[in-house]
Amino acid sequence: MSQDNKKVTVETTGHVWDDDLQELNNPLPRWWIWGFYITFGFALVYWLFYPAWPIGNTYTKGVPGLNNITYVATKVDGTQETKTTHWNMRSKLMVEMNELHKEQKPYFDKVAGKSFEDVSKDAELMQFVNSAGKTLFSDNCAPCHQAGGQGKIKFAPNLTDDYWQYGGTYENIQTTIVGGRHGVMPAFKTILTDAELTQVSNYVLSLSGEPHNAAAAKLGDAIFHGDKAGCYACHGAEAKGNIAMGSANLTDKIWLWPDVLGAKTPEAKLGEVKTLIYGGMDKGVMPVWETRLKPEQIKLLTVYVHDSLGGGK
Amino acid sequence: MKHDKIERNVGILIILTMLAISAGGLVEIVPLFFIKETVEKVDGVRPYSPLELRGRDIYIREGCYLCHSQMIRPFRDEALRYGHYSLAAESKYDHPFQWGSKRTGPDLARVGGKYSNDWQTQHLTAPRSLVPQSVMPNYPWLSKTALDYSDIQGRMKALRVTGVPYSNSKAEFDKNVKDFGEETAKNLHIPDAEKNLIAQAQAGNYDTNPDKLTEMDALVSYLQLLGTMVDFRKYDDDYFAKFR
Repeated sequence: MSQDNKKVTVETTGHVWDDDLQELNNPLPRWWIWGFYITFGFALVYWLFYPAWPIGNTYTKGVPGLNNITYVATKVDGTQETKTTHWNMRSKLMVEMNELHKEQKPYFDKVAGKSFEDVSKDAELMQFVNSAGKTLFSDNCAPCHQAGGQGKIKFAPNLTDDYWQYGGTYENIQTTIVGGRHGVMPAFKTILTDAELTQVSNYVLSLSGEPHNAAAAKLGDAIFHGDKAGCYACHGAEAKGNIAMGSANLTDKIWLWPDVLGAKTPEAKLGEVKTLIYGGMDKGVMPVWETRLKPEQIKLLTVYVHDSLGGGK
Repeated sequence: MKHDKIERNVGILIILTMLAISAGGLVEIVPLFFIKETVEKVDGVRPYSPLELRGRDIYIREGCYLCHSQMIRPFRDEALRYGHYSLAAESKYDHPFQWGSKRTGPDLARVGGKYSNDWQTQHLTAPRSLVPQSVMPNYPWLSKTALDYSDIQGRMKALRVTGVPYSNSKAEFDKNVKDFGEETAKNLHIPDAEKNLIAQAQAGNYDTNPDKLTEMDALVSYLQLLGTMVDFRKYDDDYFAKFR
């Protein structure tokens, strides 16, 4: 190394450390220097076109008229106004979103203007409903109802079957999406004794043909229809539920909150039902979508859920 | 000054280096304190309640920001997926802010209200039970760990030093009533922090377990607030464009 150093002929900075350690002063490559100068030129041009320099409590906005953006703004009251401004990202977004809405508007207008049934019959429009609906569903609904709408036990109902806790007509589904839902069942731990809980659980299992103790179920029948527990008040005398309040149909072999079908033994099935009645539930919360989605998006989603996933009843 | 002199004098070298590297900051950051369009004029933005503040601290402790940003940029794809772009005003009480550009998970700036408390709790405990393709870690301890709020007043006082208007006196409380309304002002009063924290957790039941006040309660209360403070329906759709 020290021998190589002696051969150096380029200019040095004159610094010498440890006797012979020198700092070379090679010039930068020419292409690099020119690239550097070009960035100066680029900056100068940029200042003419885009917001750049702060001055006091404002900033330069480029040469007026050189790089303006014109867009249509929609006011709170629904009226529209065309505006021109200096280039800025937020106005650029207005232009891009307006372009997008313009492309989709004819379809959304059709969805908004037609009745649910007419949308459903319009094959061409349904292509739009299916693709836009799938996007909306994946983003907003799938986290709970899962990608294909198959739902999740103890979490969110299956949307692909013909059973609807809050009703499966277009109007019912739309109401559900607009305002969300909140499923509540009171706890019966202080109202019923352990023996009574077992009896009424057996009765509930008997309604859908699950294994149960017939004698206990008979006693449970009386509790179900009695005024002490008053199960019938929400679930109905025939235990078929009530879509107005979302109380479950207990006769349809569909279980959302107690995992009866997943439980392997009769004891486990009984345990699932009993636990739910004991503690009640305050869980089935579906968020309000009216504040997040536009009315026409909700309508489209309603048709998507009704036609493409479910099938109303 | 000779090169040689700077390199041989550590004091001068430090001072000159600091001057050189702060030039960028001075040019880019300082003007924002003076330009009047920097922070949008908008209603509804308020400091965090004691419970939400603890939740935010847990969010930071667990490193959520390493995968999740809280900044929706004004681009078409982000507007479609996440909603309205984030405003500077919406994070004016954040210290530190949770912006960012690295997303392994989705942006969370407007996640508030999008899912139920039940979903958030289940998803934080076991993300793949709800989103099979998720790569998010499990955080099962959140709903098992009791929330430590013994130092909540200290946390609020520290933020107060940075300019967050938590009140410590009658006069400051009255000012908050004027600025934010009485309901919010009560939640910003430092001496009542513990009481308010417990009351909000009980009323909200964020972790879906009413018997226990856990870290999950705090974190979910924070997540449910994100992006919900400004009601964008109250503004023309280009109102915020004039602030740029």
